[in-house]
Amino acid sequence: MAEEAVLGYLEKNEEISDSGKFAEEKGINHDEIVNIIKSLNGFRLVDAQDIKKERWVLTSEGDLYAKYGSPEVQLFSAVPPEGITREELQRVFTSRLPDDLEEKLKSSIYKIGSTQHSKKAIKNKWIEMGKSQVSRKVQHVDDKVRYLLIQIQNGEVVSSEDIDALKRRKLISSQIWKGYSVKKGPKYAPKRKKVATDLTRENLQRGDWKELEFKEYNFLAKGQPTEGGCLHPLLKVRRQIQMIFLQMGFEEMPTNNFVESSFWNFDALFQPQQHPARDSHDTFFLKEPSTTRRLPEDYVERVKRVHESGGYGSRGYGYEWKREEANKNLLRTHTTAVSSRMLYALAQGPFAPKRYYSIDRVFRNEAVDRTHLAEFHQIEGLICDRGLTLGHLIGVLHDFFSRLGMSKLKFKPAYNPYTEPSMEIFSYHEGLQKWVEIGNSGMFRPEMLLPMGLPEDVQVIAWGLSLERPTMILYGIDNIRDLFGHKVDLSLIKRNPICRLGL
Amino acid sequence: MPTVSVGRDRLFQALGRTYTEEEFEDLCFKFGIELDDVTTEKAIIRKEKHLEEEEPSEDEEVIYKIEVPANRYDLLCLEGLAQALRIFNGLDPIPTYNVGRISKGSMLKMHVNSETSKIRPYVVCAVLRGVTFDEARYNSFIDLQDRLHQNICRRRTLVAIGTHDLDTIEGPLTYEALPPPEISFIPLKQTKNFRADELMEFYKSDLKLKKFLHIIENSPVFPVIYDRNRTVLSLPPIINGAHSAITLKTKNVFIECTATDLTKANIVLNTMVTMFSVYCERKFEVEPVEVIYPDGKSYICPDLSLYQMVVPLSYITSAVGVSLPANEVASLLNKMQLHAEHSVSAKNETSFTISVPPTRSDIIHPCDVAEDVAIAYGYNEIPKIKHPSLRPQSLNQFSDLIRTEIAMIGYTEVLTWILCSYKENFTMLNRKDDKLAAINGNPRSADFEVVRTSLMPGILKTVGHNKDHPKPIKIFEVGDVVLLDESKDVGASNHCHLAALYCGATSGFELIHGLVDRIMEVTGTPFVSAGDGSGYYIQSSDEPEFLPGRQASIIYKGKQIGTFGIVHPQVLDNFDIPDPCSFVEVNIESFL
Repeated sequence: MAEEAVLGYLEKNEEISDSGKFAEEKGINHDEIVNIIKSLNGFRLVDAQDIKKERWVLTSEGDLYAKYGSPEVQLFSAVPPEGITREELQRVFTSRLPDDLEEKLKSSIYKIGSTQHSKKAIKNKWIEMGKSQVSRKVQHVDDKVRYLLIQIQNGEVVSSEDIDALKRRKLISSQIWKGYSVKKGPKYAPKRKKVATDLTRENLQRGDWKELEFKEYNFLAKGQPTEGGCLHPLLKVRRQIQMIFLQMGFEEMPTNNFVESSFWNFDALFQPQQHPARDSHDTFFLKEPSTTRRLPEDYVERVKRVHESGGYGSRGYGYEWKREEANKNLLRTHTTAVSSRMLYALAQGPFAPKRYYSIDRVFRNEAVDRTHLAEFHQIEGLICDRGLTLGHLIGVLHDFFSRLGMSKLKFKPAYNPYTEPSMEIFSYHEGLQKWVEIGNSGMFRPEMLLPMGLPEDVQVIAWGLSLERPTMILYGIDNIRDLFGHKVDLSLIKRNPICRLGL
Repeated sequence: MPTVSVGRDRLFQALGRTYTEEEFEDLCFKFGIELDDVTTEKAIIRKEKHLEEEEPSEDEEVIYKIEVPANRYDLLCLEGLAQALRIFNGLDPIPTYNVGRISKGSMLKMHVNSETSKIRPYVVCAVLRGVTFDEARYNSFIDLQDRLHQNICRRRTLVAIGTHDLDTIEGPLTYEALPPPEISFIPLKQTKNFRADELMEFYKSDLKLKKFLHIIENSPVFPVIYDRNRTVLSLPPIINGAHSAITLKTKNVFIECTATDLTKANIVLNTMVTMFSVYCERKFEVEPVEVIYPDGKSYICPDLSLYQMVVPLSYITSAVGVSLPANEVASLLNKMQLHAEHSVSAKNETSFTISVPPTRSDIIHPCDVAEDVAIAYGYNEIPKIKHPSLRPQSLNQFSDLIRTEIAMIGYTEVLTWILCSYKENFTMLNRKDDKLAAINGNPRSADFEVVRTSLMPGILKTVGHNKDHPKPIKIFEVGDVVLLDESKDVGASNHCHLAALYCGATSGFELIHGLVDRIMEVTGTPFVSAGDGSGYYIQSSDEPEFLPGRQASIIYKGKQIGTFGIVHPQVLDNFDIPDPCSFVEVNIESFL
């Protein structure tokens, strides 16, 4: 009925200027008219323009007063010409209110009436409230408030001062009224042809698809979200970096041993026992299992000697090396602990050059903030071969990082207890327009390699970086906790694009 | 690759011993040929006629079908195979083939007519004298022609062979090309005289010959060979004349090969004469024929000279990858019918002068010589030299594969911390401390007190922090847990686990159960009945983190590898999760 009304009206008239008035004229519910206009507009039979109007409606309190009169006038009416005691007044007042109102509501209206009265009474001088006695001062009052509320209810125009007054008393509130003005659309027809929204199996079977007229798609809206699982962005980046290592001929090291001894994590790397990194502020030392049970004793002896008095051309650190320190278990602070095990194992057979990599979890006893967690992933690469130089290291770093999209590199001399020379790797970040540190590198010290039993002419070049940092840059994440851990928003994981590193 | 059928017993007789099938296969394998099939004459016929297979009777002759390399024409008959294998086995020396020394005057002559250049310009010929045929030899002689025609002759387009009883014809011979109506003779296997053009029409219905007709059919002249009495020897490449047909009694054989490719014609002729000169009165001797072309040039054929090739020892040893002394290389080459003479240069470099016999037309470069050394040495005796290559970390690759599968099922991957609080790892999961966890001695915060012993706290914390995420939530994680382990030097070891969780308006237990089945499906594990150790089965369990009666253990090959169930409401409350959840956790290292 509503559709016929709208289309029929437009057949003879230029425009429906206000859907609200139109609904009223036709005696049709406005919501119904609005739904039809939206639908017709979707099919472009009509062209609808929004109209918004601010309208005043009565609050539930205002509604009550429109029905029964304002509390102040009711209070006045409850006062008989001869006057009344305060106690009696409340009883009379509430008894005049309709029976179906709750007692609680009645007493609250009385309260409003009496307080409103004290304000109004002074202004209007309607009644006098003595200490115990209440008496009329005028014989008749007009309930202007009720009158105004009824006017608003009927949609009549009320002066803005009155509106303000009623608004202050929270008797009315504004409501945005939405309607439409409607004209003929480009596909206007006095009667709508049934249009299809989709092609169905029945259409194909009946063959009526040839006659179908389709509703136009709305390409301003997105399609239906897809279902399916997603891989974690950090691990997608890990995968690509693994591919890069494999393409460069690197073999993965087994890194599934989070619990490590201080020996492999520090001592084997020629990291002195007093080094600040071995402080409990930086490293998780374990209460259980607290110490390591087995170490290769002859190698331990060589490590002890090189720490204490040197050898292999070194002066050593000149301190008393303690076995108890080396035995202390910890959560590995770097995957280089695994590298030291791998290089030691390599030294036990006839020498063969190797390229190793790993990407796995390491632990630091740090306070958690935007850029630090107590655990993160370390990427490590190393080449063990004869005749390697700093030039080879710089060359492999350029190869590796250019595959990560960082081709502008420079190197800063740095200190690291187990590499000499040591280099911090900086890359020029085009977005930030500055050089940023992206990793650490160096050539392992002879004091580390020779006690293992590697031939003297074998060098090891190595570098390391975190997996999180490039990932955060890549995906534009500035808080590491948004990337890794249980506080990560699942929707974010689902929205991540594929990782194209190394393509 | 061409296949040669030879009678097993005749072959073994020629090889001087019998072999079991396995032994013979082994010999073939080493030499580079292959015993393709063992059958009988009758079985072949039955197969051709699509008859039912029958058990072969004892007395049927066993036939070996042997596959030979496509460039070894000398192996296309029993004679050649036996000779090559005997030499390979060190039984025989390399034969020396001779062209009989006769004066040019008494030599048989073949005059080539200029018209032949229009259709088939070349002819080469030879004579085998004093041949002794028997039925087997005769059949082999015919078979070899067939196989050569099929292979190197490209179904007679390049070369066609004609063999004749020399005693029925009289030289000199002429090779001519004439208009078909001018040629008339009784063809082989016929009794009636045909004109060449009629003959072509006649053969259109001949199954064997019709496929060769196109070679000359549309030519205005047909090639033809006559003797001095105008007896037609052959109408190449279609048919010989009946007059000069060879029989079991034939003693002297005249062989002619007409061709469009002279090199191949020589190879074919050499193959024919070298293979069958073994049956000549003077073994390995062939009588020459003079071929005289219209321009007056004449050639004596066949050319059985040795092809000389100089090959450095270092070239051979570096190709094979074995360092061998010169004399050993020479004797290995002899096994392959190559004569090798070594010499040392002024620079102390050893080289071989290789003499390639007419039977080995496949030897065209020193690399062919190197290959023969390798074959004679034995491919499987050559020590391997490995290239450096990479080995994967199987567990990591496997977990990547599993991760992809789980994501494909519709679960989203989370990555949670390995460290957690003591409470989260035990009491909040309703679990008692099993004394298996690695404990931090000095954590800065309670969040890092222990190393997780299961993936459950991280997963549940993730759900607790994603309450606003639309339901259902389907998440998973593959990661390591750490358990104390006496067998490890440090006293603890990592274990790779997979955990997945469903959270929605209902518990989703059956979905997690389905996920377990899917994991087993992608790992190729069959669903078996309880107690069967060959696959997996599910049995109810009693774990405190799950609701009683709503949980189960996963038994994989007799070992419990995980559990799944509806998470206990108390546990859900501990992790501030308002919706029911089902959870599974398995150790995936068992699948490796």
